[in-house]
Amino acid sequence: MFILVSHQDPAPLYQQVFDQIVDAITAGLLQEDDKLPSIREVTAELKISEITVKRAYADLEQAGYIYTRPGMGSFVKGINREALRKKKLHSVRMELESLLKSNAKFAIGAADIIRLIKEIEEEQ
Amino acid sequence: MENPLQVMNLRKEYNDFLLDDISLALERGHIMGLIGPNGAGKTTTIRLLMNMIKKDGGDVRLFGLKYPQDEKAIKNRIGYVGEEPYFYQNRTIRWTEKFVSSFFTGWDSGVFASFVKKFDLPWKKKIKHFSKGMKVKLSFAIALSHHPELLILDEPTSGLDPVVRREILDLLLDLRNKRELSVFLSSHITDDLYRVSDRIAYMVNGRILITEVKDELMARWKRIIFKDGALSPEVETRLMQVEKQLFGSAGITNNYPQLAEALRDGMARGDVKVENVNLDDILISLVNGE
Repeated sequence: MFILVSHQDPAPLYQQVFDQIVDAITAGLLQEDDKLPSIREVTAELKISEITVKRAYADLEQAGYIYTRPGMGSFVKGINREALRKKKLHSVRMELESLLKSNAKFAIGAADIIRLIKEIEEEQ
Repeated sequence: MENPLQVMNLRKEYNDFLLDDISLALERGHIMGLIGPNGAGKTTTIRLLMNMIKKDGGDVRLFGLKYPQDEKAIKNRIGYVGEEPYFYQNRTIRWTEKFVSSFFTGWDSGVFASFVKKFDLPWKKKIKHFSKGMKVKLSFAIALSHHPELLILDEPTSGLDPVVRREILDLLLDLRNKRELSVFLSSHITDDLYRVSDRIAYMVNGRILITEVKDELMARWKRIIFKDGALSPEVETRLMQVEKQLFGSAGITNNYPQLAEALRDGMARGDVKVENVNLDDILISLVNGE
C-alpha cells in the first residue's frame, strides 16, 4: 500500500492519509478513475480507526479529489495535474521559508542555498 | 439502527461518592476506551451497564433495550469480562463450558473450541492451575462464544504480560474489523486503549469530562516546546502546565489548531517544536484542572 502513517507525526492521522493520497494523485501513481483501496482495507492494513479513514475519504471527496459510487467504492476524479503541481510548489515554498529562517542566524542566505541546490543538481 | 450502547444522564449515589450526568454513545463496529484515575467511577459505570447494581437516575439502553425487562435479551447480545475473572477453581474448561453455556441461548461450542485452541488452553487441567493470562483468555473465550455484538470489558489487560496483552488487543481489532463487534472497555493501561480505541472517554470524580473521536482528541492536544526566549507572554497564557527549563520551556495545549498560526514563525525558525501527547498527559492535565 502507498500509505504509511506514523503515530509520532504531529499531523493528525486523517491528515496523513489525505496528504498521501493527494501526493499519489499528484505524482500520477493514481490516475483518473483508478479505484482507491476500500475503507475497510485501509483500516485493517494500517491498524487505525475506521473513523480516521472515513474522515480522510470524506475530506478527499469534499475537496474534489475523489468520487464515491455507493456499493462500488471510491475512485480518483479527473484532476487538473497542473493545479496540483502548483499546490505542491506552495508547500516547497513553505519548506524553503523555514530553511531560510532557520539558517539566517548562521549568515547563510538565499544565494548560498541556491548555489548548494545547483551543486546537488549537477552531481546527479 | 439502534446504537449498541446509549447512556443518558446516568446517576448513582453512594454516601461518599456521586456518579453523575454520565452520557455516552457507542456506534456499531466501534471501540470506546474509558480512562480515569482510581476511584473515578469506571467500574461503577460498567456495573451499571451490566445491571449488576441499580441506577439512581438517567437512562441506559443497549441496542435500544432496557433493564430490567429486557435483561435476558440484552445479556444474550453482550459479552463481559471483569477485572477478576471468577471460575470454579476445581473444575476444568470442559466442565466450565457446560456450566456457562446454559446461560446463553446462542452458545456456539464450535466457536468456543476454536478460541480454546487459538489461546492454547488445556481442556482437562483444573482452573486453579491456570496462570492469570490463561484465566483472562478463558474469560474472553467464554465472553465471545455466544456471538455477542457488544463486549464490555473492565480492565481486561491489567496484570497481563505484553505478549498476552497484544494478543487480546489484536483479537479485538480483528473482530471489530471483520464482524463489526462493538467494544466498551476501561483500562489504566492507556497504551492499550490508544492502540484499539476509536473513541476515548475521560472520567474524573464521577463525571465524564471528554468523549471524543481519538484522532480529533490527539489533533487538539499537543505539547509545544520553546527555545529560550521563543515563548511569548501571549502564547503562555494559552498553555497549560507550563514548565520552565534551563534552555527553554514547554507547555500543553488542548486547542492546537487555534494556536498553530501564532506558532508558525517560531516553527519555521526552528525555535518551536510540536510533539504529540499521550493519553496519560491528557489525563494528568484534566485531573490537575479539576
